[in-house]
Amino acid sequence: MTTLLDWEAVRLSLRLAAASTLVLLPVGLALAYPLAFGRFRGKAVLEALTSLPLILPPTVLGFYLIVALGPRSPLGHGWENLTGSPLVFSFSGLLLAQVFANLPFFLQPLVSSLGAVDRRLLEAAATLNARPTAAYLRVALPLAWRGLLSGMILTFAHAIGEFGVVLMVGGNLPGRTRTVSIALFDQVQSFDMAGANRTALLLLGFAFLVLTCTAWLRGKERAWR
Amino acid sequence: MFGWVWRAGLLICGLGFSNPPSAPPKAVPLAVAAAGDLRGTLEEVKAAFEAKHPGATVELTFGASGSLTAQIQQGAPFDAFLSADEGFPEQLRQAGLASADGPFPYAKGFLTLWVRREFGLDPGRAGLRLLLDPRIKRVAIANPKVAPYGRAAEAALLREGLLDSLKPKLVFGDNIAQAAQFLQTGAAEAGLISQSQARHTALAASGLAWQVPEEFAPALRQNGVLLRRSAVPDMARSFRDFLVGSEGQAILSRHGFGRP
Repeated sequence: MTTLLDWEAVRLSLRLAAASTLVLLPVGLALAYPLAFGRFRGKAVLEALTSLPLILPPTVLGFYLIVALGPRSPLGHGWENLTGSPLVFSFSGLLLAQVFANLPFFLQPLVSSLGAVDRRLLEAAATLNARPTAAYLRVALPLAWRGLLSGMILTFAHAIGEFGVVLMVGGNLPGRTRTVSIALFDQVQSFDMAGANRTALLLLGFAFLVLTCTAWLRGKERAWR
Repeated sequence: MFGWVWRAGLLICGLGFSNPPSAPPKAVPLAVAAAGDLRGTLEEVKAAFEAKHPGATVELTFGASGSLTAQIQQGAPFDAFLSADEGFPEQLRQAGLASADGPFPYAKGFLTLWVRREFGLDPGRAGLRLLLDPRIKRVAIANPKVAPYGRAAEAALLREGLLDSLKPKLVFGDNIAQAAQFLQTGAAEAGLISQSQARHTALAASGLAWQVPEEFAPALRQNGVLLRRSAVPDMARSFRDFLVGSEGQAILSRHGFGRP
């Protein structure tokens, strides 16, 4: 029963992580702007809300998502009427869960890079009649590209590794919701220690590579200033 | 600079979404949710069934019967469910989620005491009282809330008057396969698991197994149910017929299950 690696799970994880990064891009860019430049009441609340998944047990997020997306909820029911299949235990459900779970990983490096952009450049853009959105997208963001890239890499990597939410919202359906991290759990439960070892090693190597990349990007950013 | 980021992003997505040419187009698979005691057994049934029905693919998901029942009630897209008891399939039938054929018995499961070989303890003589031995620090059972084997284990300990004294030693696996995995990794020295896991996995070599007698633990009447919302009801039916037929039963009995 043992195979070298559960490639189906690897492919699914890559697809899910790529889709999560892509969906988070516009959402994250929209949220990063007020967090980096805004001065408004309730900014701390927004900061707290977007950082919640960092410390919230994944089971809490998983629980609320099951309640919110299940067939008995208006959202889950509407989705099922529309597409004919339930939102929980599906790729779309996992994608939605991942977007929530990865918000802080996308936002934190981006917001910190944006915060380091010289305000005078933005003011200069404003005196040249650039609207705030244009100044953000065409002046601040290109200067904060390392933060954006870090955020995207971290999101992608964390989406590959996410376990609790995926297990709760996705179940463990081969080919549909069994991602690599779930496949590892499944291998351990079926006494396939050799397979589990290979999967774990793959994930370990990947995580190490990703963190080295982002650390290198951060170092570059400091050196460059 | 920014354009480069976009291109990198698109490249990543391209990598993720493109399917390698080696993957052949798949027929709609039969998704089977199965109790943890069927791990190691149902894979064999799957292989035999697929060999007999070319083009059919069976996908297996294992878990505690109760957890799988909850998932099915939340809309999980399974075609068939093989429980470790009678209660959960009945619950699905009452919720209107079962197909018109109703639940069907497919096996009997036996609660089995497993203890690591090196202690030299003889479960055949000491029975469940063996668990009181101070060298046994942890006793693995499945979570009684969601796993029928966990419930059976707790009931057996209660009947023997051991539950209270053993409570500090009990560790709970989410399902019976996880409890067995605690034994396999050495996290627990003894456990009450299924006969299929105790005698027919890697555990058979490292420990002694003893089937708990009927007066303490009646055999678990394991029922299955086909689900009403299945997209492949005909394949589900032929899988059921295969499982309860002579070939399926032969595989089950080789792995320590009794006839239904």
